[in-house]
Amino acid sequence: MVLQAIAFYVLAGVTIVAALAVISSRNPVHSVLFLITAFFSAAGLLVMLGAEFLAMILIVVYVGSVAVLFLFVVMMLDVDFAALREGFSRYLPLGLFIAGVLTVEMVVVSVDVATNGAAANSTGPASHVGAFTNAEAIGRVLYTDYLYFFQTAGMVLLVAMIGAIVLTLKHRVGVRRQNIADQTARTPGTGMRIVTIKSGEGIDA
Amino acid sequence: MTIGLSHYLAVAAILFTIGVLGIFVNRKNVIVILMSIELILLGVNINLVAFSVFLHEVIGQVFALFVLTVAAAEAAVGLAILVTFFRWRGDIAVDDASMMKG
Repeated sequence: MVLQAIAFYVLAGVTIVAALAVISSRNPVHSVLFLITAFFSAAGLLVMLGAEFLAMILIVVYVGSVAVLFLFVVMMLDVDFAALREGFSRYLPLGLFIAGVLTVEMVVVSVDVATNGAAANSTGPASHVGAFTNAEAIGRVLYTDYLYFFQTAGMVLLVAMIGAIVLTLKHRVGVRRQNIADQTARTPGTGMRIVTIKSGEGIDA
Repeated sequence: MTIGLSHYLAVAAILFTIGVLGIFVNRKNVIVILMSIELILLGVNINLVAFSVFLHEVIGQVFALFVLTVAAAEAAVGLAILVTFFRWRGDIAVDDASMMKG
């Protein structure tokens, strides 16, 4: 039990400190790396809860793709990031005030829900009901009751992918491309021409 | 020292708030704003999973999976818009972005 508490506080502390570093570090590359740290330790928290499948998905999706995507974009853009921090100290007091109010409100509500809400009589965490593993339990619900939602999620990803490609695709002028329709539409009549050349004179194309 | 539901909810609430604070203090840097949104969604996910586990109901984790999907899509589209914006302006300061005003 004590070990569990120590693990929880270490993981939660690392998550929160890394999240603070994300929003306050001067270099956006450092921000991205701290974001990876935050997601990694949050995945540890999910493992402690018993949601192993989501923890692994968090690492694969966030650390593996989203954070690397951020890293690509940060390194690709040639921006003076120091100038973008202007206004940091100006907005800090108001931001801290609102953040403090939000934290207090949400923690009060959370503690109240945890002690008096529907989960108050919970017998403790249980990631899988019965003989199923966590991933199997999710699959049994996801592929049956939530099948249409699952398909819709796939559609959302497809539309996002197409949208991202359409947004960033740039047609440069002056770049010759292969036009397969033109190539296959060529006939001997359009592709070839018979020229009679007078002897002693050249030909200018 | 038993770690209960309220501990996880508190962590989620703090993460959510840090995300909101990040949007407040980095008004110009749209990359950090996008990362703050990811932090907010992470807090929401921890909340959903914590309730799901303590209520012995796996649907919360399915919902967290959908949140994850939408977050990934949002990051991709957001960064694509950012790249287009940077090409157009040569800058990513978004506090005075008013090109769409007409």
